[in-house]
Amino acid sequence: MKIFRPRHDPASLNSKLIRRPLRRMAWIFLLPTFAAFCVGFLYPFFKGMFLSFCKFKVTSIWTWVGFTNYVKAFGDASFSHAFWYTAMFALVSLLFINVLAFSVAYALTRGIKGSNLFRTVFFMPNLIGGIVLGYIWSMILDGILIRYGTSLVLETKYGFWGLIILMCWQQVGYMMIIYIAGLQAIPNDYLEAARIDGAGSWKTLWHMIIPNMMPSITICTFLTLTNSFKLFDQNLALTDGRPFLQPAGGSVIKTTEMLALNIYNAFYSGGGNNRGVGQAKAVVFFILVAAIGLIQLKSTRKKEVQQ
Amino acid sequence: MIASHGTRLREKHKKMAMTLAFAVICLIYIMPVALVLLNSFKANAYVNTETFKLPTSESFVGFRNYIKGMTFGNYPFLKAAFYSFVITVASSALVLLCTSMAAWYISRVGSAFCKMVYYLCVFSMVVPFQMVMFTLAKTADTLNLNTPWTIPVIYLGFGAGLSVFMFCGFVKSIPVEIEEAAMIDGCNPLQTFFKVVLPIMKPTYISVGILEVMWIWNDYLLPYLVLDRTKYMTIPILIQYLKGSYGTVDLGATMALILLTILPVIIVYIFCQKYIIKGVAAGAVKG
Repeated sequence: MKIFRPRHDPASLNSKLIRRPLRRMAWIFLLPTFAAFCVGFLYPFFKGMFLSFCKFKVTSIWTWVGFTNYVKAFGDASFSHAFWYTAMFALVSLLFINVLAFSVAYALTRGIKGSNLFRTVFFMPNLIGGIVLGYIWSMILDGILIRYGTSLVLETKYGFWGLIILMCWQQVGYMMIIYIAGLQAIPNDYLEAARIDGAGSWKTLWHMIIPNMMPSITICTFLTLTNSFKLFDQNLALTDGRPFLQPAGGSVIKTTEMLALNIYNAFYSGGGNNRGVGQAKAVVFFILVAAIGLIQLKSTRKKEVQQ
Repeated sequence: MIASHGTRLREKHKKMAMTLAFAVICLIYIMPVALVLLNSFKANAYVNTETFKLPTSESFVGFRNYIKGMTFGNYPFLKAAFYSFVITVASSALVLLCTSMAAWYISRVGSAFCKMVYYLCVFSMVVPFQMVMFTLAKTADTLNLNTPWTIPVIYLGFGAGLSVFMFCGFVKSIPVEIEEAAMIDGCNPLQTFFKVVLPIMKPTYISVGILEVMWIWNDYLLPYLVLDRTKYMTIPILIQYLKGSYGTVDLGATMALILLTILPVIIVYIFCQKYIIKGVAAGAVKG
């Protein structure tokens, strides 16, 4: 993979010869995308921001309620459960996916026969959509669990580990590709030098390969993290939040429900009475995901400076 | 350093063992797909109890699952496949054409407004869909963008960020002198774009195109919320509808549908895997 680094050459941007006639054609070059961007992103985004402070069922009829929605969202036991469940899931899947992907990438760059074929196979699950993936794995996991007289939707831990297995199957191939690109970018002289200095393969891995792989490791870490946080389709198809828990006097907690699904349910179940709270949850969710993205941007920039 | 004959031989054996081990792992890795194929030939009752067994004379139903799957849930599968296809092709084509033109404009004009649009696009990449889904669905409804023929506009709007970002990255690496030469030779901006810039950007078109196709073909929530579901379903919507809310589910028929869904994808993948892997990896920057 070639990570693109734009060449910052101000002169190349300022060709009057092109700029003047191009400007006159803004309506044909820029307008279609910008108009669609307003309809498909900007307007819904700001309207959503605004509505998170309102009580509403449909977007046209609303009453301003201030921060009530946010207070309700943070007080919602199912939301905080979904948050911790998602965080836990993100952490565990991050570890599994990256360790597996790195190991596979490392093994497949040792020059063994059939590497290309193996790479193709490992990458394949990436092309299958989340809904379909969920139902494939619910069939397989239920087929196993039925022998022990239980089922995927009966216990939280089955749903949790089932989703981990599913995500590993889907994402190891993707991360492997990024790691392979990183490994191939390490100059052979480095490895040669390490070998001449008498470093064994473990020492080479630890002191030479991994430090040089830090940019790839950062990218993959954040990719797996955001993927887990934004996970929706797989979660919906595999367990849809089951099993449900009904604590005495409290509201129903869907024990395998992740953040995105929790927000979705706040909007579309309960007759639409919680849409304001759902929108407030969505804003919190957005800030969370954006923060992870920003940290990623910062940390990759820092790495670039060091190199 | 010259390795002795013995070390080299040991090295060779080690590599053979690795190849063998990976062959086994790969076989296990494609098991889920093989299981879908296997179970698509079994009667409903046997999918759950005999998931890992080959179909027996008792459980084997031939192609009955496939025939049943075609009209399963009172919605023809081929209709859903057709809408999926239309939406994917039309949206990807629209996104590629419009965002590449916009990216060229943004990079070459470079005014304050262009910069603002660019940063808004980058910003939109970190916004999760849940943030806009309710208002977006409502907006699409009001503007009649809720049919397979008009939903490409929504995809262009919501998906513009990543592709504008990727195209801008590439445009900056094209020497502006090439375009200047075309302009001096009498091209107008449109001609310059289609005759000079577009051919140079071909690799980026392939990368972005693959990303868009994979995203839109597999997308569930956006079309589910935006489309008028009484009339239009895509494949993911149909499968979720069958499994999620359609009462008693025929697992065998569902597996048949799932196989029909992933088979074309896998066939395309086998023929263009080089481009697909490269394209997807190029999108890793999106974070």
